[in-house]
Order: sequence, then C-alpha cells, then structure tokens
Amino acid sequence: MSEAPNELALAVAGTLGADAVSVNVAYGEVTAVVARDRIVDVVTRLRDAPELAFISIIDVCGVDYPERPERFDVVYHLLSPSRNARLRLKVTTGEETPVPSISGVFPGAQWFEREAYDLFGILFTGHPELRRLLTDYGFDGHPLRKDFPMTGYVEVRYDDIQKRVVYEPVRLNQEFRNFDFLSPWEGTTYVLPGDEKVKTN
Amino acid sequence: MAEAQVRNFNINFGPEHPSAHGVLRLVLELDGEVIERVDPHIGLLHRGTEKLIEARTYLQGLPYFDRLDYVAPMNQEHAYCLAVERLAGIVVPRRAQIIRVLYSEIGRILSHMLNVTTQAMDVGALTPPLWGFEEREKLMIFYERASGSRMHAAYFRPGGVHQDLPDQLVADIEAWCDPFLKTVDDLDALLSENRIFKQRNVDIGIVSLEDAWKWGFSGVMVRGSGAAWDLRKSQPYEIYGELDFDIPVGKNGDCYDRYHIRMEEMRQSVRIMRQCIALLKVEKGPVVTLQGKFAPPRRAEMKRSMEALIHHFKLYTEGFRVPEGEAYAAVEAPKGEFGVYLVSDGTNKPYRVKIRAPGFAHLQAMDFLCRGHLLADVSAVLGSIDIVFGEVDR
Repeated sequence: MSEAPNELALAVAGTLGADAVSVNVAYGEVTAVVARDRIVDVVTRLRDAPELAFISIIDVCGVDYPERPERFDVVYHLLSPSRNARLRLKVTTGEETPVPSISGVFPGAQWFEREAYDLFGILFTGHPELRRLLTDYGFDGHPLRKDFPMTGYVEVRYDDIQKRVVYEPVRLNQEFRNFDFLSPWEGTTYVLPGDEKVKTN
Repeated sequence: MAEAQVRNFNINFGPEHPSAHGVLRLVLELDGEVIERVDPHIGLLHRGTEKLIEARTYLQGLPYFDRLDYVAPMNQEHAYCLAVERLAGIVVPRRAQIIRVLYSEIGRILSHMLNVTTQAMDVGALTPPLWGFEEREKLMIFYERASGSRMHAAYFRPGGVHQDLPDQLVADIEAWCDPFLKTVDDLDALLSENRIFKQRNVDIGIVSLEDAWKWGFSGVMVRGSGAAWDLRKSQPYEIYGELDFDIPVGKNGDCYDRYHIRMEEMRQSVRIMRQCIALLKVEKGPVVTLQGKFAPPRRAEMKRSMEALIHHFKLYTEGFRVPEGEAYAAVEAPKGEFGVYLVSDGTNKPYRVKIRAPGFAHLQAMDFLCRGHLLADVSAVLGSIDIVFGEVDR
C-alpha cells in the first residue's frame, strides 16, 4: 500500500462525516461501518470525491451471524486505483429489511448482490433483476446461511425408468459428522463433567 | 409485395458448447444476427466451496482453492495463504517467498497459454492449441515434481510451501525457459498478423477504462483499456517488489489488445522466473515458517523432538487457530484480481470465506460487452475475457 492506512481512515472519516458509524483500522485495512439507508449516498460520495476516487467495485458479500437481531452483515470492498487504496464498508441488515442496491452507482455490483440474495436471502431494493444466480432453477432456501445444513435438502439423480433427472429428499447413509477438534484445554466455555472445580482457585 | 415478418430469435448458447469454456448457458436475444441481449446463466458448476470451507480447518480448506481456477491452481492458494498469514501474523521465510513467486508465474503461463490458444481456437485456428498445450504439459510436470500432483497441488501452505524444490528441478525449469520463448514467438508469428485472427478480434468487445473500473474488472481487462494497474507492482506481495519486470498496457481495450498483453505477460513471466531461479541458487534455508504453532515440523525433526511430535499431532487434528478478525488479501492471478475475504472467529475453522473471483466480475459484463455485436463475436469476446467456470461458479 502506498500510504499509511491511518491517513486513509482519516480521509474517509472526513468525507463521510456523520454517515460513518465507525471507521477503524485493523491488519492494515480500513473498515467503515455505515448506516444501511445511506449506503448508496456513501459509495457515490466515495467514488466522486476527487482525493479518494474509489471508482472500482471489488466485491459485495454477505456474512451471517444468526444470534444477532439483525443477522446479516453486507460487506462492500472498494478500490481506488489513483490512491492505491482499498476500503471496506459494512452495513447490517435482517432477513426482512432490504438494503438499497448500489448497482446504480457500480453496474459491476449487480451480480454480487444477486449472489448475496441467492446465498443469504439478503434483499436489495432498486436492483434491476434480483433473481437467483448460482443455485439450481427452482431452488429453495439460502445455502450459505449458518442454519442451512451442509448436505442440503434435495438431491438429484438420473432415473432410468422415467428417462429424466429426478429430485428427491437427501438420504444420507451416514449422518453428517461435524468433528469438534477444538482443544478442551483452552478456550472452551462449557465445563466438562467431573471437571467442575477446574476454575476455582 | 407481402410485408416481411420480422421476429427476434432467442437462442441458447451452451451449456454444452465448445467455445463456452465449460458449462455456461447464455440466453441470447437476436435481431437477425445482431445481439440485443445476453443473459448468462451460471451456477452449473456450483459446488458450494465457501460453505464447505466453513466446516473445515484452515489447512483442510486449502485444497478447495486448487479447484477454483483449475488452469492456474497455485495462484488461488496464494491468496488464501496470504489472508491466513495476515490474520495469524505468520512470517514466510524468504526461500518460500521465492518459490511461491516462481510457481505463481508458472501458473500465469499455464493460464495465459490456455487462454491465448483457445481464443484462437474460438475464432477458427486449430494449430495454436496443439503447440501451446505441449508447453502446458511440461509446466504441469514441474507442478508434479514440486507437489506430487499435476493440477491439484495443495503446495502453498499458510507459512510457506509444503516441500523444498530439488536442485535438479530448478535447473530443469531454467532449461525450459529458452525453448518456451521460441514457442511464444512461433505462436506470435502464427496469430498476431493473421488476417482472420485480426478480422475476428480487432475492435471487438471494446471497453473504456472508466467502464472497466465501474464493472469491477481487473487484470488484463483493465490493462487492455490502458491502465498500468498490476497488483504485483502497485501492492507488491512476497518478493515482487524487488523483481524487475514490465507491465504491458493496451490502448484500444479490444480483444486483440488483450491477446497481445497476454502474450507479452508470458514473456515477462519467464523473465521473473529467471530472476527467481537465480535467487533460489543462493538463498537456502527453510521453506516453511518455523513457528511450530502454524506449520508442521520437518519429518526428521519429529523423530527426535517430543515438542515437534506434539505440534504435528495438534496441527493435523485440531489445526491451528487464527485470531479473531477479518482480512482481505488479493493476488494478481492470471485472470485478474483474485481475492479472499476471510472472517475468523478465533477458532480452528474460518467463520466465513468469500472468494472474489475475477472471472465472475468479467462474465457479468457479457451483456454490456456483446450488445450490438454479431452472434459470431460472442465466442471471440468470451475467449478474450478469459473465464474458467471453476472460479465463476465456486
């Protein structure tokens, strides 16, 4: 990177003003949390501010935290070639609250938003065609949510009698196993049976 | 005279079409032979890589990256390793950095060789793939000799690379460089001034620089439109900052410029490889970090050291933990900016991995690129934006 991330964070905070809920630097990367309703205005200003010029959209993606009241983060990555800098923007949203689409500002965001809709069920308003993108035609559910099972709900096979591909509920010969290898000696919150006295001094 | 009945045609291009480069279904709306709308239907190769990685440890997640852009596997692993290393604060030894750069450039040649020759095949030439694939095969053998696998290498690991390169292999790679440049020249002679090739590619699929940025293009797609933007130069990682190489830049932003850039990048890659080989001859030392909490010990050490044995056991059962946080690491993959956005919750498994594939951003602009062109230009444009479905569909 051509400049200290702190300088960029200051410049971003200056441009966004009250729209930025927080601007912080971690691992040499600048992250700004902004209000959901202001996102279109924010990216427009970041793009048009001559000293920032975040003119390229790198990525839009969702992150799911099911235990939060607003369970999704929508994370935007922007790139400024003239400043040689990257910026991460974050907004939070719930299952039913839509996020304004930034595809009017960056046409390149269209598919990324479609993907976030497809895989997480995040809704975007003002998107030209918010259809499923990666999953099968007629797919039900949003596979990247944490509560969606890894093995899914339906499987397909070719049926030799009907001479076509048929959809059937998933049948597992062995239950899906999720091994928990996290060491019980450090970092656990639960107490092992017979180990109640471990935390007492 | 009866009034002519004019109607638009809808045709399906793919999913099984030789110049769709895999499983792409394009729904084309045609007015005569002129394209009015392109609707790419992707996802036929969707395997849920991101979901699968969430259920595996950091090391187990690595091989999935080989299977994204399977024509240049190690470049993808590289981005993932950089992201993990940034979060965990792992320092990569110098020899490992040189090996990584060497193999990233081999990957670049693998990818460009495939792309340039199949772009020629898409517009009707059959000889270039036959010549080019011979060189690819030799490169894949270098992959195999380093990692044991021609394609799915799993060779770059968080902390370095899996094994050291034997001296003979380094010498063989060096010996490969000169004959390869001759092959590139032969391809150049075959294609660059070829009348048919130029008719099919010049002024096709023009992208202005402003549009290229807006659509999220990267790599050859922005360089073809005139921006000297290459992450190896602008945001150098590993030892790229100290290497000497040029960034070819186009001026028209059409398919023909992009072809020329790829040809020149292959020559520049050879130049980088030569510098890496020279460095490898003098830089000896470990090829993986000595921080035992992240990288397994060498086999010989395990025979003697109890601590090494414990580290080995812990790394291959629990895996290593990455501190809580998030990082976005990008590399200049052959096709453009390949990025990994990694969210860690402090356990041994990634909480979320978002794979930012360059081909995904390029393919979504098909409608924008092809509108108003002729039907035959679709395959030329598709060939020049260089897509591989492993990474588009993930």
